[in-house]
Amino acid sequence: MAPRLNRAKAGFTAWAVVVFVFLYLPILVMALFAFNKPSPEAIVAHPGQDICTIPSDQLGNVSVWNGATTCWFSAGLHDPTYIPAIVTSAEIALLASLIAVTLGLCAALALARMRPRARVPFDILVYLTLVVPEIVIAVASLIFFVQFHNHVQAFPQLGFWTVMLGQIVFSASLSMLIIRARFVGMGDTLEEAAFDLGAGPVSTFRQVTLPRLMPAVFAAFLLSFTFSFDDYVLPAFTNGTTNTWPIVLYSAVRFGITPAVNALATIMLTITAVAVVITALVLRRSRAKIGRDNDDAGGLGATLGI
Amino acid sequence: MSVDAEVKPPGARAPGGKRRASFKPRYPAWLVLPSLAYQIVFFLGAMAILVAFSFATQTGFSQITFGFSLANYKQVLDSTYISIFVRTMGMAGVGTLCTVAVGYPLAYWMARYLSDYKFVALLLIIVPFWTSFLIRTYALKIILDSNGYVAKVLHLDLMYSPWAVLIGLVYNYLPLFVLPVFASLERMDWRLIEAANDLSAKPFAAFRQITFPLTLPGFVTGALLVFIPMTGEYVIPAILGGGKYEFVGNVIGDTFNSAQNPTFGSALAISLMLALSVFVVIYILFATKEERFGS
Repeated sequence: MAPRLNRAKAGFTAWAVVVFVFLYLPILVMALFAFNKPSPEAIVAHPGQDICTIPSDQLGNVSVWNGATTCWFSAGLHDPTYIPAIVTSAEIALLASLIAVTLGLCAALALARMRPRARVPFDILVYLTLVVPEIVIAVASLIFFVQFHNHVQAFPQLGFWTVMLGQIVFSASLSMLIIRARFVGMGDTLEEAAFDLGAGPVSTFRQVTLPRLMPAVFAAFLLSFTFSFDDYVLPAFTNGTTNTWPIVLYSAVRFGITPAVNALATIMLTITAVAVVITALVLRRSRAKIGRDNDDAGGLGATLGI
Repeated sequence: MSVDAEVKPPGARAPGGKRRASFKPRYPAWLVLPSLAYQIVFFLGAMAILVAFSFATQTGFSQITFGFSLANYKQVLDSTYISIFVRTMGMAGVGTLCTVAVGYPLAYWMARYLSDYKFVALLLIIVPFWTSFLIRTYALKIILDSNGYVAKVLHLDLMYSPWAVLIGLVYNYLPLFVLPVFASLERMDWRLIEAANDLSAKPFAAFRQITFPLTLPGFVTGALLVFIPMTGEYVIPAILGGGKYEFVGNVIGDTFNSAQNPTFGSALAISLMLALSVFVVIYILFATKEERFGS
């Protein structure tokens, strides 16, 4: 039995290696090509010029290796279109995720102990916001915001605020599910003890519930932030004239491949990857502390990757 | 499993005890209202206007008359658009099958054979899942580029072909399938397989009769979780298909951007949702049931 088991294990392991290579090779190649020089012909055509100032449509073939340079990172970081867009995206993402987590936390507190039947309508609404294709939500939001502004002048025009308002729909649902999964998993013994000892709802929340929920709140915030920051489809329709980082990136990507974009994309990818790893470690540690409870028994935590 | 739930004081949930009932810690139900109001306004409100638009008629440049016209839906039934729907569903279906074929063995390997490195493997799946879709699609484009090594050395120029779109779908959605499937395989009791082996079941028979049925809910959730967003895909066909293999999502986007025909675009969007509704309903049933089961 044993040799056959080992053979099966070796086969599965080999497959896993192939899949991980498939997942990571493009990203690694992208990072590597952020150090790529323009083609020799392009360098000859621009004599005496700093090679990273050559316009992106005259770089020649940069899909093959032409030699190493590090100047794309500073070129990307000094680009007049990229950096303001990154700042805008960060601002939108920060506001959207703060609001989304607040909404999600309140809803999670109320829903976790509600009778299942009472919360089904809200649950369905939440799952709908998650499964309706983003392109559908995007065009619906576009016409909704335009109509809203036409009828209520105070409502903001397409731009910064409409991108934020549209994104909260998804991230509030996401936050609610993450926080509720944790809240349900924690059980309510400590809250019960706090109530027994005469604590009101506010002090119970502040001293008992919130500290224990903190890892989930933190995760919900980081994941909402990541979603908003990286989201292309919704801002593409609700942005008006505001440029977000994915919108700038998308137009660069459709246009072609430039090492400056690779450099910025690599920086962004690294930041997100670090944030996600930190989130995962925080959740794992806190889970280990309160015991391996059933908070991801529904597959939800795992579905969201947390 | 649920340790916390079992150590509750025995009287806590006893019916009738008035004093006890007041001790039941419960946050007020109205806390759900801000969130509910937000979703009603910005989600249901937007969807309602979308429906209204789909029945409206375009009269002149950016002039819309609301009413109950089925003209937009008749246009959706035109063979041009039907074939785009068929292509979208077909590509999403094939993409889902490929994702299952690539991802299931991986999830199985993680759950069955890993112990110390399980968390590391999980992280390796989670990180791509949460990093930018756009950047990863772009990264794939560099590899598949017509001037790149895959095209030149392997003589495999896949760029702007259906194959590139398919690879893009599998590449981007793989983590979304692997995570829920891994979660359900993770809860498998592998002693059942040992027992089956002792009773001289062949490995595949044991898998087919025990592992697969037991992990079917996770499998269905994962497959739907991949299939549903694939049908609404926008970025991948645009970047890797070069506009030649548009999905319904791209056509919807075009009607709003370049074609300036939002009423028809709304009808397309509603039609896409209707086409998906069966899968969406199955998914929500599974998701809410699993979660309730979990609690």
